Amino acid sequence: MPLTNRHLLGLQGVPKEDIQLILDTTTTFREVLERPIKKVPTLQGKTVVNLFFENSTRTRISFELAEKRLSADSLNFSASASSVNKGETFKDTIKNIEAMKIDMVVVRHAAAGTPQFLTKICDANIINAGDGIHEHPTQALLDMYSIREKLGKLDGLKVCIVGDVAHSRVALSNIFGLITMGAKVSVCGPSTMIPKYIEQLGVNVIYDIDEAIQENDVLNVLRIQLERKAREYFPSIREYSKYFGITEERLEKNGKDVLIMHPGPINRGVELSSGVADGLQQIILKQVTNGVAVRMAVLYLLGTMN
Amino acid sequence: MKVALLNINLINPAQNINNKNTSILLEDGKISKIGKLSASELKDSKQIDLNGKYLVPGFFDMHVHLREPGREDEETVATGCNSAANGGFTGIACMPNTEPAIDSAEIVNFIKEQAKDHLVDTFVIAAATQGRKGENISPMAELYEAGAVGFSDDGVAIKTASILKRAFEYSQMYDLPIIEHCEDESLAGGAMNEGLNSTYLGLPPIPSVAEDLIVGRDILMADYTKGKIHIAHISTKKSVEMVREAKKAGVNITAEVTPHHFSMTDDFIKTYDTNGKMNPPLRGTTDVEEIIKGLKDGTIDCIASDHAPHSPEEKEVEFEYAPNGIIGLETQVGLAFTELYHKKILSLDQIIEKMSINPRKILNLYIPKFEEGEMANFTILDINEVWTVDIKKFRSKSQNSPFDKKLLTGRSVGVINKRKMYLDNEFIEI
Repeated sequence: MPLTNRHLLGLQGVPKEDIQLILDTTTTFREVLERPIKKVPTLQGKTVVNLFFENSTRTRISFELAEKRLSADSLNFSASASSVNKGETFKDTIKNIEAMKIDMVVVRHAAAGTPQFLTKICDANIINAGDGIHEHPTQALLDMYSIREKLGKLDGLKVCIVGDVAHSRVALSNIFGLITMGAKVSVCGPSTMIPKYIEQLGVNVIYDIDEAIQENDVLNVLRIQLERKAREYFPSIREYSKYFGITEERLEKNGKDVLIMHPGPINRGVELSSGVADGLQQIILKQVTNGVAVRMAVLYLLGTMN
Repeated sequence: MKVALLNINLINPAQNINNKNTSILLEDGKISKIGKLSASELKDSKQIDLNGKYLVPGFFDMHVHLREPGREDEETVATGCNSAANGGFTGIACMPNTEPAIDSAEIVNFIKEQAKDHLVDTFVIAAATQGRKGENISPMAELYEAGAVGFSDDGVAIKTASILKRAFEYSQMYDLPIIEHCEDESLAGGAMNEGLNSTYLGLPPIPSVAEDLIVGRDILMADYTKGKIHIAHISTKKSVEMVREAKKAGVNITAEVTPHHFSMTDDFIKTYDTNGKMNPPLRGTTDVEEIIKGLKDGTIDCIASDHAPHSPEEKEVEFEYAPNGIIGLETQVGLAFTELYHKKILSLDQIIEKMSINPRKILNLYIPKFEEGEMANFTILDINEVWTVDIKKFRSKSQNSPFDKKLLTGRSVGVINKRKMYLDNEFIEI
């Protein structure tokens, strides 16, 4: 059964069956990655453009690798956030790239809704690789896959997203996806970093990190984006790490079994202590490996639809 | 030239006129007779049978961006006036956020010169501070003498309380209003209303309190200085409530609302359509309900379009990068009748008050009268005509409207002013 939408713009409104299909397909590609020859001919002859209007290393190379493993021709386009600065409108840039006869576009952009905008001006399949503070669906899919791989299910699990929820596309995609899959989702962070209307999405808000550790099966710890405006939302890094940082002591006291995840890159000593980042309860590098397989699954499912 | 308008309903609440099935004779643009016209009176006249349509004092839109000087690619005084005539207005007031800003008598004169031969009267709202920078008040005396009818830094609020205080004090010498775009600068810069929708869409939010803070500040300052304040494009529940209370307390305050703020909510943005991006942003249902209540009880004095033309290449971009604003001159009458009159929120008299009489009162302008010897200044309305908005038929130079293809009930059929008539898409001298 194919997916219901020919684009992956976000996880809001994506039906359970679709997420299930992507996660199940990921298992197949996960197995490919363990073979001596890690390549399949599935997308031979398809051209995928990685359109990155915002700096990204790991998401871009993860997609690129996924495309290569599927034998697609991939093309990288990087530009500063707004191509308008160079005199060409975003729409013209896209029209030019489309005129080169491409099949799929993977887009990362600082402005929310850019993938939706692309579907209106371009015929290719669009995959959102992160739009502003909106969604980052493949990250949430790889997070869900990693949880399922480790704990065997998603339904009924308690997952808490920790950190700067208000400025995180990872948080929003995880919230939408996890709720659809039957998990109980909460968020934990300084109140200035929790969106005012977040509870209406069906999540609980926790301000005490020890309570979050105690109450949950999984903590998905977000990166505090020190380089961005995020710093204006809490008094100091010291205060943040003291009240919201996850350390071995905290885990020892309140959560010996809780699974620790992080989308990377980690600020060691801020949101995670080094001991936790390298400890036995985390699956951070597994997430990275699974990321390639999830992206292969998404590219495959969308690329073979039409 | 003699023009006889036959079979009309003549309505002017300012004069308590409500004459059904009558006729009116114009000679050289002046009203020469109201009532049944004899054969000799009709002799040699151009006779137009209006078949039960309504003749009301010409509509006036007190919040229009004409873009000239500076962005003539988006609108000019001439195309803006054409758009106004096509939309049913005989008068407009234009905002000073042009490039350069309208902060000198020369620019006021320039705009008046561009508009002088047009059917539509164009009045100028001048900048409240030099260059709209919020640092020093503009030369208000000179601007007043050149014909400015109000002062505003529209696009932003007057920056500081101290400059606001001086602006109120100085403008009082000429009894001109300070027209405020109410938005706290430190909370500005988002892309849509803060609410559940902004949470879903991941767009940077503008909280409603950003507007409320400045409405509150301005009310207090107007009260303290006894200045005259007009709140532009009011959009939040709290702001409407504050204006209502201020009026009760005797503050010299008036307020306007745009058709999009009484007819749309931020649900429209769910598709990231940049024609839903404006400032103040589209708000939530409770805000719209309070606005409707405010229109009904008179808290909100008038309806104004905030007509804001933008080129397609500026609007067809990522939502966050798109400029704020939509055009509104050619949909305002239809939206007011569809959403307010036909839904029994406002009576015809109230619509005329909010779109013709009150804006002129606020700006101290002459209110058109239906009397022999008066210059004809009318809007001709078909309040029941059902029509579909087609942006391609707009007279504005820009097409950035969220109402394209929308079905509306009620429209302007034509306008008459300054010895000119606009009827059936044509301007003629009368």
